[in-house]
Amino acid sequence: MTELLQQLINGLALGAIYALIALGYTMVYGVLRFINFAHSDVFMVGAFAGYFLAQLFPAGSALSGVLVLIGAMGICALLGVIIEKLAYRPLRGRSTLTVLITAIGVSLLLQNLGQRIFGANPRSFPALFPVHQFHVGGIVISSAQIMVFGVAIVLLFVLRWIVLHTRTGTAMRALSFNPVAASLVGINNDRIISFTFALGSALAAAGGILYASNYPSIDPLMGTLPGMKAFVAAVLGGIGNIAGAAVGGLVLGLVETAVVGFGGSTYRDAVAFAVLILILLLRPEGLLGRRMAEKV
Amino acid sequence: MKQMRFTLLATALAVAAVLAGCSRSGGDAGSSTIKVGEFASLTGKEATFGTSSHEGTLLAVEEINAAGGVLGKQLELKYEDNRSTPGESATIAKKLINNDKVVALLGEVASGRSLEVAPFAQQSKIPQISPSSTNPDVTKVGDYVFRVCFIDPFQGTLLANFAKNTLKAKTVAIFSDVAAPYSVGLAKFFKEGWLAGGGTVVSEVKYTGGDKDFKAQLTVIKNARPDAIMVPGYYTDVGLIVAQARQLGITVPMFGGDGWEAPELIQIAGAENLVNTYYSTHFSPSSTDPLAQKFVAAYKARYNGKVPDAMAALGYDSVLVLVDSIKRAGTTAEPALRDAIAATKNFPGATGLTTLDANRDASKPAVIITVKDGKFEYLETINP
Repeated sequence: MTELLQQLINGLALGAIYALIALGYTMVYGVLRFINFAHSDVFMVGAFAGYFLAQLFPAGSALSGVLVLIGAMGICALLGVIIEKLAYRPLRGRSTLTVLITAIGVSLLLQNLGQRIFGANPRSFPALFPVHQFHVGGIVISSAQIMVFGVAIVLLFVLRWIVLHTRTGTAMRALSFNPVAASLVGINNDRIISFTFALGSALAAAGGILYASNYPSIDPLMGTLPGMKAFVAAVLGGIGNIAGAAVGGLVLGLVETAVVGFGGSTYRDAVAFAVLILILLLRPEGLLGRRMAEKV
Repeated sequence: MKQMRFTLLATALAVAAVLAGCSRSGGDAGSSTIKVGEFASLTGKEATFGTSSHEGTLLAVEEINAAGGVLGKQLELKYEDNRSTPGESATIAKKLINNDKVVALLGEVASGRSLEVAPFAQQSKIPQISPSSTNPDVTKVGDYVFRVCFIDPFQGTLLANFAKNTLKAKTVAIFSDVAAPYSVGLAKFFKEGWLAGGGTVVSEVKYTGGDKDFKAQLTVIKNARPDAIMVPGYYTDVGLIVAQARQLGITVPMFGGDGWEAPELIQIAGAENLVNTYYSTHFSPSSTDPLAQKFVAAYKARYNGKVPDAMAALGYDSVLVLVDSIKRAGTTAEPALRDAIAATKNFPGATGLTTLDANRDASKPAVIITVKDGKFEYLETINP
């Protein structure tokens, strides 16, 4: 029983991280109908930004942790806007496939620039926030796990609020339904798209830092696998759907943990991607795909 | 996306292979230097290993050249980085053999990457000496592939004895990396030795090198309540595994093989988490052997006081064994050089006496190291 509960917590904590990254995928997809494969590498840049910013603040205090988190989110928001301006904006109006391939190019560019600038050696990520292990019965929960969960939930609601209750959010939804009509009613499409990228990239940075706080070894290729898993999570929940990304992430985290828990540790990644194939075959719109209410 | 990269990689490899093949003409007769090729993981996941090994190799080459070289010629070390990634080493080896006309290949630390190159070395009849690949399959590729370190059946057995006699464990869990031949092999040989010694394996779980989350597997292990946990992986993964195990409240001893040996292990895992962990390796800088002490002093002088590890010592010895063989053969032509390497007997180096057996493997003593107050500490020596 204790083992089951412990695995449940492991699964939820892992899933919360996937959910956090998936939120960014889903945001951009919701507005622009294209999958930003560079997202997982912005996630990596976020972790490295955190690594370097952390050296400027006293270690181990919650305040400097928050400052580092906000700083990295700012840096990545800027990076997201630049990527959009340089790589995606010139292709506005071209077929989605062209943009998709460009996104893969940007992803490879970031990975290789990362190896050039940061070096390919893994670095150990400093402890940004005070870490504590809570023992409840036979179960262990770390403060880092709780924080990932908390941040994921907070960001989920902040995103919902931005999309549903602000003027910018209304403009994002309008743009997503019909870009031409949106510009006819006076929405500055370029500005809204830039904002979407800034928001998505800031989410990636938050994901990167929380990921690195839980698994303190970072390298320029660290984004690839979690990025893929988050993509699976986004599709699983219904890509474009904010709550779907969260649900998809949690489900994927639990499935992976269950696979390992029941003795199939070798099949962990295989099962994660089998889930993607299954969902595409059986329910391509994703778990929450039908309810379009929150589509950005 | 993955597939895309594979296609790109395959194309790049094909182009490289064609280019390498083109320049096969021309000989190296009359060259004023003896060229030795080295492929190493200077960056990436196992960068610490590759860098240490390379520094040892370079030191040996410099010392030999300073002493007048070999057969009246200077040694010229041609080395390249494979970034710890699969697929690179074979390309590098082809280039070193075909373009640079090296007389021998030195490399690699990781068994997986040594295995990538071994078939080319064998095909081209260029001797390959691996400094520290311990998987037995490496030298089974052919009679041109050698190593100057002990192999995993020995390391596995000694770890089994260590767990039984020193740790007084009766039950163990084994947590190995399915993606690394080194880890799979060492786990297998440990298990054989452990079962033969009357021990019980209560849990056997796997991970894939590069994974970051091990809590699911560790929860399974925790529930099996082993007396000790064997983790035959490489330091980047092991560091995270040890830290996460301690977070889950697993306090039993954890131990592994020479894949643990890197200062990064302490940074990644955290010194307090490494209490009660042990690993076996080839060399300890606190060895009292005069040749070892001479090597430690030279290495410290050359690399700003850095203390050499086992990979550095084996990299150093791989050059010494090669040079000794060239001297005995009196030529770098094949098969004379190959035969001379194969005949290496009781050659004294930094890691003790090297004798190559019929399988072209060395049999050498191992040392057990433990971590105390964030520092590696010598515990005991185990003879073969």
